[in-house]
Formats: sequence, C-alpha cells, structure tokens
Amino acid sequence: MPLTPVITAHWDDPDSFTLDGYRRHGGYSALPKALGMDPDAVIGTVKDSGLRGRGGAGFPTGLKWSFVPQNDGKPHYLVVNADESEPGACKDIPIMLANPHALIEGIIIASYAIRADHAFVYIRGEVPQVIRRVHAAVREATAAGYVGNDILGSGFSLNIVVHSGAGAYICGEETALLDSLEGKRGQPRLKPPFPAVAGLYACPTVVNNVETIANVPYIVNNGVDWFRSFGTDKSPGFKVFAVSGHVQRPGVYEAPLGIPMAELLEYAGGIREGHDVKFWLPGGSSVPMLTKDHLDLPLTYEAMVEAGSMLGTGTPMVYDDTTSVVRAVTGWLDFYKHESCGKCTPCREGNWFIHDILHRFDQGHGRGEQLQVLDNVCGQILGRSFCALGDAAATPFPAAMKYFADEFETGTSTPSSAVFDPAASTVFSEVTA
Amino acid sequence: MALTELTRAEMMDLAARYPQPRSALLPMLHLAQSVEGYVTGDAIVMCAEVLGLTTAEVKGVASFYTMFKDEPVGEYHIGVCINPGCGILGGDTIWETLSADLGVGHDEVTEDGKISLERIECQAACTHAPVMTANWEFMDNMTPEKARQLVEDLRAGREVKSTRGPVIRDFKACERTLAGIDDDGFGDVPATDDLMLAGLRYAQEHDMQAPEAEVI
Repeated sequence: MPLTPVITAHWDDPDSFTLDGYRRHGGYSALPKALGMDPDAVIGTVKDSGLRGRGGAGFPTGLKWSFVPQNDGKPHYLVVNADESEPGACKDIPIMLANPHALIEGIIIASYAIRADHAFVYIRGEVPQVIRRVHAAVREATAAGYVGNDILGSGFSLNIVVHSGAGAYICGEETALLDSLEGKRGQPRLKPPFPAVAGLYACPTVVNNVETIANVPYIVNNGVDWFRSFGTDKSPGFKVFAVSGHVQRPGVYEAPLGIPMAELLEYAGGIREGHDVKFWLPGGSSVPMLTKDHLDLPLTYEAMVEAGSMLGTGTPMVYDDTTSVVRAVTGWLDFYKHESCGKCTPCREGNWFIHDILHRFDQGHGRGEQLQVLDNVCGQILGRSFCALGDAAATPFPAAMKYFADEFETGTSTPSSAVFDPAASTVFSEVTA
Repeated sequence: MALTELTRAEMMDLAARYPQPRSALLPMLHLAQSVEGYVTGDAIVMCAEVLGLTTAEVKGVASFYTMFKDEPVGEYHIGVCINPGCGILGGDTIWETLSADLGVGHDEVTEDGKISLERIECQAACTHAPVMTANWEFMDNMTPEKARQLVEDLRAGREVKSTRGPVIRDFKACERTLAGIDDDGFGDVPATDDLMLAGLRYAQEHDMQAPEAEVI
C-alpha cells in the first residue's frame, strides 16, 4: 500500500507553517465552502466521511458533533485536545509544528458546525516551540480575517484561545482537560453527563484531537467519496503514523488506514540490522502489546481490537530482541503511578501495588505467587477506575504475560539487566561498545 | 525579581481572554514563574486576588502540576525522558551519566544554581529518542556525550540551540512564552527535520501520492 501524504504533503516547504505556505496549496479554501453550507450539512459531511477520532478512542467525529444540543440558548465550545502525552504518541506535535493552519482552519469549520463562538487549543505545557507556533498561526489567521468577527462576511464570529497546560498526563482525558481548562486540578469528571451536553463551564462542548480536526478541511474540500477512497469501511481515511523504537528510519509516515504494520515497518527501514522484532504497540503504552506474529495485520481500529489490542494514537513503537519486556512494563508502570491523579482508589492505590511488585521482578526479587497478585490487582483496576488512565495502567502487564510469561518467571531469580544488557538496547550501543 | 503591578496587569489581561477568568490560572502561574522562577507565596496571593479565589484554592491547583515548582530550579532546567520509549533507547544511561556528573538527582539544583535535573515523562517526540529538554526546548537524538556537552555549554554561558531551532533561553524567559503573553520572536525556525519528513521523502522518491480529488 503506497504512502499518501495529505496533511504532511507540503512539510518540505520551508514555510509550510505560515499562512502563505498553507494558502499556496489550497489552504483556507475549505472555509468559504463550509461557511456557505448549513452548519448541520457540515456535520452531515463529517458524519458521512466516517472520520473517527485520532486521539485514541476512535469515536466517530460527526456523531460526536451531532450530540451538541442546538437552540438551547447556551454558549457552545470547541476544545482541541493538544495535550499529546501518551508514551509513544508523537504525531500531533509535528502537525502543529509543520501545518498549524490545517488545525486552525479545521477549528473554524468545526466551531461553525457546532455553533461555537469560542474555541480553545489546550497544548501541553512542555512544548514552548509548539505553543509559540500555534499562537503565531492564530495571529496570522486573525489578521487575514479567518478568525474574529463576521468571518468572510458570513456573520459567523469566532475567538480562538491558545492555552498552555502545566505537566499532567491526565489532562489528555477529556473531562480532566476541561477541569484543567477551568483553572482547576486536572481530575476527571463522572460521565454522564458527557461534554457534548455539559462540558466547559457546564455548557455543550466538543473535545477533539488535533489530528482529527486537521482532517476536516481536507474532507470539506475534497468530499466524502475521496476521503472514503482511503482506508476501510470502518476505518476510513488516512493517518499520520509516527513510527519509533528500534527501527532504522523512525519518523512520520502518512498512509491510508489499513496499511499492514509490516509495510509501515518496511517504510521505516525495518528493524535494526541484525535484530528481530520482539514486541510492538500499535498506538501508545496504553494499548496491549503485540508480537512479530501480528505484523501482517492491517492498522485499522477493527483489526487491532480483533487482535486483542487497539489502534490507539496510531503511533507504533517497535522493540527488538535486545529489550527486556519486564523492564519496559516496569517503566510504563512508573509512568502511570506518577501520572495517576489520585481521585479514585483503584488507580491511586493499585498502581503503587503493581509498580512495587514489578520493580521486584525487574530486580530479580519477584516471588512466583506475586504474578497472581499482579493479575488480581490489574483486574481490580480495570473497569473499576474513574477514567481510562486506570484501565491503561492495568493493560501492559496482562498483555506482556500473554506472550512473555517466561521473562516474569525469570524475574523471580534474575534481574532483567542480567538477561538483557541495557546497553545493547540503546541507539548508541555501537558507539559505546 | 519580585512580582510587580505590571505582573498583576498582565495577569488581568490573561484572565480577560477567557469567558470565565479562572480559566487563566495555569497561564497566570506560568507568568508568575517567569518573574520569580518558581511559584512563591506572593504569586499564590496575587493569583488569588486577581481571580477572587482563596490562596488554598490556588495552592491546590499549583501543587497538582509538575511544571509548577515550589522552589527555585536552575537557570537551565534540564529534562531527561526516562519513559521506556526513550529510557530503553538510551535515556536511562543519559540520566545516570548526567546525574553522576552533576551530583544532583531528580528535581535538584547544582550548587551554582545553573542546572537542575528532572526525570521527565514522554515528551511526544518518540521518533527522536532519546529526547531531552533544556528549559523545555527539544534536544533530540541525544547521547551521554551530547548531554554532557549541552550542560557544559549552558554552564559556560555559550549559546546553545535546540535541535529544532530556537536558542535556549533561561527558565524565566521560557515560562513567559508558556504564559502566552506576547510573541517571543523565536518562532521563525524550521518547521521540520529529517525525521518528520521521513515518510514524505520516501513517497517523493518512489512517486507515491494521495489520490487527487475530483474537482468539486
């Protein structure tokens, strides 16, 4: 399956991030089309396109928009989730750096569709370069009359606020993000009510991922049939994949959904010379790992679920045979323990348990019966936590046990570093060897 | 430097950007850090006064987020990603090297106040692993040697650029960018690098492209 650059098509222009660079290739030509349509027709187009959320959950975007009650007399809000922090996910940051105006044009169209006059871009705080670039894009778009009052004479007005977070993975969870955007601790809310009904300031709110919104101008411009000519029936469209780990050419690769992982891996130059794929994760540390036996599977929402994983953010991380699974899983649990917001007991306490026990296995001090304890604790977190962070934390261990139980057995007597030399897994292993 | 009436005015500007002023609290705390280097008691009071909150409410928020510091960090706050995506590919080795060299651990500052270290989680740049940050600007594809050089250069006051372009400024200047008060003038740097262009270049070299749309 060939690569199909759309969002990434002009990133090699030195000014791809500017208004001029974007307009040179048809940028902002979707906007007048959308503004000439009835807002419901815009929602209908996105619905018909089958676009699904690119942030991890894969919820149909048009459907989400249609949940916003109309003529309710309340302000509506669009909030772009630009809090990309999922370990392994690294595709929204490049989009905002290289093509921020696709995001801005998408924001204007989406806001028009859901009748929002305020939009927010919640960007994680640790990326000043992205924050200054999105600020600059909003300034340019405002000066050009695409943002502000009476946009292109349509009568539609929109204000876009670029907002910095301050270091909290949990704020990628949409309701935690909303609390954070209200100036509070970023802790998730009980759902329902869903944000479409009671979101920011308890008003109807759509929360969408950066890449999702960046798709919108291309859909409006080129039509539903064109969009559906990529991908599968259940996973239409193209995807900004970002491949990382022990591959020869890590980087951003845009291809239709449904591309087999083996082909994407080949574009990325394959696994490191002289090594084999050991395990890979289709989209972030929160999705179950797969092995080299799964490489021929198409990267779609449905195929990944069928294989026992998830497409997640669509940013495959690939590890070779030098890597200790126990070490990787222990590292991810360090992360979830650190990022658990503390609101609910299963996630707050459970992650300490898993974390502590996993470290014993990593150091070769595990006890056989503790594998059952780990399994039990994961089972107590999964589905019993307030939000998906708990579910995510309960994912790496059971998934790893499914394929690499022997390595955890080894952890009852031998440290992972004695079996898998950490130096061999580094990208500078040749240099230091 | 202490907070001034100018800081208060800028905080009020931030608050006015939002339908409800409290939404500005995170940017306001970044702004406070841009003046004082960390979130001081005075900053808590000023944020509370501007937003009509109690100091406990503001403190409760500030303490939740790892980027808000309750004591001074170094002039250059250095992050090393130790999340497995980077850690396994070399981040762990880099952390051990720097921490041993500098004699400081997580969230600690060197005696000269120049450098502080933080074990950071995923920076959304896994394609560029192992990743570090210097006052939150990306430092990509690092090695222990490059990490040592980075710290040495910053300590010596030499100009260092992020691998993505911008010059690395001190911690307070970076915090002002995050507050989003004004254009910091550092935006005119390349949009992309080889890794971000890997797929596009492959497609160009092999004559691959997305199907053209029918003219609508």
